Amino acid sequence: MITRRKLLKTGMASGFALSASGLAMPALAQGRAVRIGYVSPQTGPLAGFAEADTFTIAMFNRVMAEQGIAVEVTVKDSQSNPNRAATVAQELIIDDEVDFMLVASTPETTNPVATVCESEGVPVISTKAPWQPFFIGQQGNPGDPTSWQPFNYAYHYFWGLEDVIAVFTNMWNQLDTNKQVGGLFPNDADGNAWGDPNVGVAPGFAASGYTTTDPGRYQNLTDDFSAQINAFRAANAEIVTGVVIPPDFTTFRNQSLQQGFQPKAITVAKAILFPQSVETLGEAGHNLSSEVWWSASHPFTSSLTGESCADLAASFTAETGRPWTQPIGFVHSLFEMAADVIKRASDPTDPDDVVETIRATELNTMVGRIAWDGAGVPPFAAQNVCKTPLVGGQWRRKEDGTFDLVVVDNTTAPEIPTGGTMEALA
Amino acid sequence: MIWVDTIVQGILLGGLYALFAAGLSLVFGIMRLVNLAHGDLIVMAAYVILVVVSFLGINPFLAAAIAMPLMFGFGWLLQRIVLNRVLGEDILPPLLVTFGLSIVLQNALLEGFTADSQRIGAGALETASFAVGPVTLGVMPVLTFLSAIAVIVGLNQLFYRTALGRAFRATSDDPVTASLMGIKPASVFATATGIAMIVVTIAALYLGMRANFDPTIGPARLIYAFEAVIIGGLGSLWGTLAGGIIIGVAQTVGAAINPEWQILAGHVAFLVVLLIKPRGLFPRAYD
Repeated sequence: MITRRKLLKTGMASGFALSASGLAMPALAQGRAVRIGYVSPQTGPLAGFAEADTFTIAMFNRVMAEQGIAVEVTVKDSQSNPNRAATVAQELIIDDEVDFMLVASTPETTNPVATVCESEGVPVISTKAPWQPFFIGQQGNPGDPTSWQPFNYAYHYFWGLEDVIAVFTNMWNQLDTNKQVGGLFPNDADGNAWGDPNVGVAPGFAASGYTTTDPGRYQNLTDDFSAQINAFRAANAEIVTGVVIPPDFTTFRNQSLQQGFQPKAITVAKAILFPQSVETLGEAGHNLSSEVWWSASHPFTSSLTGESCADLAASFTAETGRPWTQPIGFVHSLFEMAADVIKRASDPTDPDDVVETIRATELNTMVGRIAWDGAGVPPFAAQNVCKTPLVGGQWRRKEDGTFDLVVVDNTTAPEIPTGGTMEALA
Repeated sequence: MIWVDTIVQGILLGGLYALFAAGLSLVFGIMRLVNLAHGDLIVMAAYVILVVVSFLGINPFLAAAIAMPLMFGFGWLLQRIVLNRVLGEDILPPLLVTFGLSIVLQNALLEGFTADSQRIGAGALETASFAVGPVTLGVMPVLTFLSAIAVIVGLNQLFYRTALGRAFRATSDDPVTASLMGIKPASVFATATGIAMIVVTIAALYLGMRANFDPTIGPARLIYAFEAVIIGGLGSLWGTLAGGIIIGVAQTVGAAINPEWQILAGHVAFLVVLLIKPRGLFPRAYD
């Protein structure tokens, strides 16, 4: 029978027990699962970047379970929308109380998430966006370098525009051309960054003796490129470059073939990143060239599973029935980073301790060595940016109509083997 | 020479826009229904053609011939089951319904076909071209333009030479009196949407062969289609072709001056036409 006195007594006892366990919290905290938030564009136009998410997270959970580390990964879809990315990052921090954040795939995803994390004081590891849009794009005044501030919580690894310039010119140097380059730069974040006459790619190309003809910013999903084709022809351009979305590149490529404009090299970013996009071009896709940030022939191994790049690509294809794509290696490396941080941190649930751990990283991953030691990065970004190797590749069409990405230039990263030399377009 | 080329390319581009706009013009002309899902329906038809091509391994033109009756059926059911219920004095309900339909279609396609860029392969035809004097014409753009003319001639014949066309015109002018004469507007509307879907399939064929498409690409083309319809005058099919050509030429000429002006020039041409002739160039009906 419950009397008032009895209730009071037990109530006080359990109250005491509760507060006692409260006092013991810090010790208990290390026993709870480490909560990781991951924001990625799983639907919408950028969904191709996220196709390895499920595959990679399953691997990560399996390896963590084997090693007896309790983790809890919460994935949120940005729907390829920067506003949505910021909202879900807030949700992960406030509702799911994540200990640290992972984010990947284009500045449209990384920047809003990193900005939210920086203001909330949650550590974030970010990748798959050139570092200039990531670092400069998040500054209060991107136009004034003296005002740029380093971040306390946001750490990014990928390559930058200077690497693209080096890779592209190295590839073109293998060919005998008149060094006239036509540029296709759309009116979007990438196009404006690449096409900027002062800090874009043109001054970098000029340093290697290449002259760039830039007819101006066009709108994405343009149905007609005759103006650009005429301008390139007037400038006698033998090389075409740019950062073009896949539908526009197909329109341009077909229209230039119809008009008899046949450059010796077409080296573009974005449009021919995925084998599916190249396959839609058919024969017109043969020997198109692009920057390569990861491939099945890269000489790296996973710090989590010990797999080589070829192994990872093969197991992805076996599991999903789809060809390997460049983002797969980077998504894998992001979770390598997460595991490494959890293992090395004395308290992975303490943001400042996690930041200390990230800054001290020195890890050989699926995409190369990651260490925020400032190597190759200008001083203003040295604290937050780490560069991974970039090489140049060409798509080679096989008999059955599928394509292989062959590394053709490794001047920028000699440890990555080439599979051939640069060939001119037919 | 560049100017001749620019204008010729613009005219050919206009054919593509007219093809996008013809289905829209038909539906609007007959039932005053602004179909905001038109662009997504074109993308959906492109996927239907793609599925037929990849399953049967046949020529895309044949595949489009198979897709046409399917799309006709889809259009007929769509009008019968959904759109007829919202047509009325108020123009807002059909707008909202087609707006919703646009979102549903995009996400259904994304679920079914992923975000991968797709393309309807046309082999050597894609890059084939021939020279006319100083200008090189792509076979594909010329085919697109000729198809646009064929579609418009065909629709005009249907409108002015057949009993069905008389029913279309009668229902468009006065549905109440037409139904006194034994015409069922609901059924006429369903047939009209079905025919519009056949035109949509033809547009989809050329969209899919010309460039890549993915589930989200539909709405981008809708604006040019609308402008072509408005420039041409509501209900006039030849006007729609003229509207398409005006936008196409304005865009290529704008782009030749500076690519930044390409899209703007098309919109400016549209506004200029509206300023001079607010009812469009060839308005068929006054209502």
